[in-house]
Amino acid sequence: MTHLPFIAASYALAVVVPAWFAVDALRRTAAARRRLAAIDPRRSRANRNRDNKS
Amino acid sequence: MDAPSLASSPGAGRSLHRFANPGQFLRLSGAVLPWLSLSAIVLLAIGLVWGLFYAPADWQQGDAVRIMYVHVPAAWLASSGYLGLAICSVLSLVWRHPLADLAAVEIGPVGAGFTALCLATGSLWGKPMWGAWWVWDARLTSVLVLFFLYLGHIALVRAFDDPTRGYRAGAILALIGVVNLPIIKFSVDWWNTLHQPASISLTGAPTMALSMLWPLMVCAIGYTLAFAAIVIARTRAAVMERRIRALLMARAASDTEREGSAG
Repeated sequence: MTHLPFIAASYALAVVVPAWFAVDALRRTAAARRRLAAIDPRRSRANRNRDNKS
Repeated sequence: MDAPSLASSPGAGRSLHRFANPGQFLRLSGAVLPWLSLSAIVLLAIGLVWGLFYAPADWQQGDAVRIMYVHVPAAWLASSGYLGLAICSVLSLVWRHPLADLAAVEIGPVGAGFTALCLATGSLWGKPMWGAWWVWDARLTSVLVLFFLYLGHIALVRAFDDPTRGYRAGAILALIGVVNLPIIKFSVDWWNTLHQPASISLTGAPTMALSMLWPLMVCAIGYTLAFAAIVIARTRAAVMERRIRALLMARAASDTEREGSAG
């Protein structure tokens, strides 16, 4: 394959950039969900009701 | 049509505000996001492997043409992402759509990332073909301006203590920057550029072989779905983060009130 270093660098960037954004979005969502579960009264109430039922 | 008459259009406003409910957005996006992400991963895996190993090399450029399968979708998404930003800005300025503000804030960094990817892969393609990493060509320069517009938007929306003022300022900048999109598109026709003219257009037949066009289309659809999935995931996180801020502020206000009444 001709120009291999240029092609390899392009494909590496093309995978790393979207993957980084995806991982960052997942990390933010997980952190927000944890925090919300801890402080949101509606969620705490829902969790309590679920625990009482089980 | 002026802004007040648009704002008073009841049908459009009602249908848009149906999706302005954060709870409804979280439910709807939560159902769509896994399928969108899965489709993006599958299409990208197929398209990148196809472009890298199975698509033919170009008679003139050799294997360097394989960079096209990542460079062209990144370029399309850089421009269409900015168009998405501008649409969110209109929704924000005219209809005060609350999710449009959050979506605009979240599109900014992703669009900047894809524009940087377009510039970097273009540079990696330009070096072996043109003998230079960069030339001050109309297409390259207008895409660089697009990158700076994204960076300006990111900085501007975060520059105010009051987020609403930041959203408004960012929306105005985004709308002013839209003028750059036709310049990017037609730069290769209006000026004598080193960058090649478009090989694919909506009106004419593509000027590339189908054996190259198919993997390019698969990569383009894959990257578009990935872009959409990333923006939706980031907007979901932003909706939850806004709810957290609101709850913490409400809690702080009630604590202050309680301390005041006790004292």
